[in-house]
Amino acid sequence: MALSPRKKKKLMEDDEVIVMENVSKSYQAGVPALSNVNLRIKKGEFVFVVGDSGSGKSTFIKLLLRELIPTEGNLYVLNYNLNKIKHRKIPKFRRNLGVVFQDFRLLKDRNVYENVAFAQRIVEVPGSQIRKNVPKVLATVGLAGKYKAKPGKLSGGEQQRVAIARALVNRPTILLADEPTGNLDPNNSMEIMKLLEEINNAGTTVIMVTHNKDIVNAMQKRVITLRKGVVVSDHERGGYDDED
Amino acid sequence: MKISTFFYTLWQGIKNIFRNKLFSLASVATIGACLFLFGLFYSVLANFQHIVKTAEEDVCIVVYFDEDITDSRIEEIGNMIKRRAEVSKVNFVSADDAWETFKTEYLDGYSDGFLENPLADMANYEVYLNDVSMQSALVTYLESVPGVSEVKRSELTALTLSNANKLIGYISIGIIVILLAVSVFLISNTVTIGIAVRKEEISIMKYIGATDYFVRAPFVIEGIIIGLVGASIPLGIIYFVYNRALNFIKEQFSVLSSLLNFLTIDDIFKTLVPVSLIIGVGIGFFGSFITVRKHLRV
Repeated sequence: MALSPRKKKKLMEDDEVIVMENVSKSYQAGVPALSNVNLRIKKGEFVFVVGDSGSGKSTFIKLLLRELIPTEGNLYVLNYNLNKIKHRKIPKFRRNLGVVFQDFRLLKDRNVYENVAFAQRIVEVPGSQIRKNVPKVLATVGLAGKYKAKPGKLSGGEQQRVAIARALVNRPTILLADEPTGNLDPNNSMEIMKLLEEINNAGTTVIMVTHNKDIVNAMQKRVITLRKGVVVSDHERGGYDDED
Repeated sequence: MKISTFFYTLWQGIKNIFRNKLFSLASVATIGACLFLFGLFYSVLANFQHIVKTAEEDVCIVVYFDEDITDSRIEEIGNMIKRRAEVSKVNFVSADDAWETFKTEYLDGYSDGFLENPLADMANYEVYLNDVSMQSALVTYLESVPGVSEVKRSELTALTLSNANKLIGYISIGIIVILLAVSVFLISNTVTIGIAVRKEEISIMKYIGATDYFVRAPFVIEGIIIGLVGASIPLGIIYFVYNRALNFIKEQFSVLSSLLNFLTIDDIFKTLVPVSLIIGVGIGFFGSFITVRKHLRV
């Protein structure tokens, strides 16, 4: 008798990618970095998470990456219960996420091609496949001609494009961008936002943490505002000014 | 594991070594020094054991008789000795045999002045034993046998050799244990520095979804390679030095080399090569493995 494949228990609705139910995170007893957060993010959404320094934005991202575990409440991402996920399953979970940081975090001793290929090697993609995928994703971010350049020879905007290419090459379901325009001038920032929008239009859920009001106001996407660890507003289409 | 991942991991391990050249070099040197001393002590010890074993095989009790003893009584005593369980072999050496041997060994053609056999009363039995430790009991027995005038033994030589053998063994083990601990510590330090140097890369790997194995393996491979190189260098040196030392002893101390039977480098390497490589790789693996487990919670 053939064995039926083991089905994973359904923890969230089919169209949802992130569910937070009364999620709190405290680093010290009685001092919550996030407090009682309830939200649901659907597949294909573009979400800004905004707030001042110390509002809990970084904690929010770290919880989604399963770098931290909630002190209270339930956190589900892509049908993984992040409160209970086993240590050995974390890598498999993270392969569904792409991450972009403010400081790019590129490997300075490797060129553009190698930085992107690195992400594929880590998830054990065969070499022949890497040689096909990397040029394709570099073309998507507009860096096909600079594949041999070392990060030090690139502008900030170009370095962030490499970081985005590295995040995209493994075809993540969710792209987490932590202040991706924080180190860029306004022109480069808008270029990066255009790229993120294109990625989102192609079906990837984008969650971007920022405190850049101009960008948030210009994009008119869903905006979740955090203040002192509490969600003070969550607008379907809004701007940074909506927080009050 | 995919073959491409294996080679990628191996390559990363090799690159790690060159990223921390100084620490890698220090680790290789320490393991090398440790295993060189190990090899040196082993060579000395193996030769000592070989010499002791040969000496033990040659250890015999010599039984001399009263001056007026008859041939039939000598034969009777010989049969009594042969019946003893601790005896492996009994040789009768007649007075003439004794004189012939003496002439050959010590007089070298200058024996013409002797008209009579000066060893006329030196007929004896050479008694070889199964076990040197039974010597005392046998000697006590033989001394009580009528017709036996004297029993000569060489227990002291055997005991001295055995004790020296043990002493060298204990000193070797002590020094080797200390050096092994220092090697593990240095490898651990090398890997810790490697982890610190690659902190950024490791953090990116974690975010992208690298498994524990994928992150840790290059560091363990780094440790193993350091151990392997650290073991191979002293083996080469010992190969070179041992043959030279043996030739030197043979040339400069010909008396010693005729008395003592040394092992060849092939005899030494039969054990030393696998043991050194296992210890080297073992130290490398152990030192790096405990370090990545301690510092790389991925």
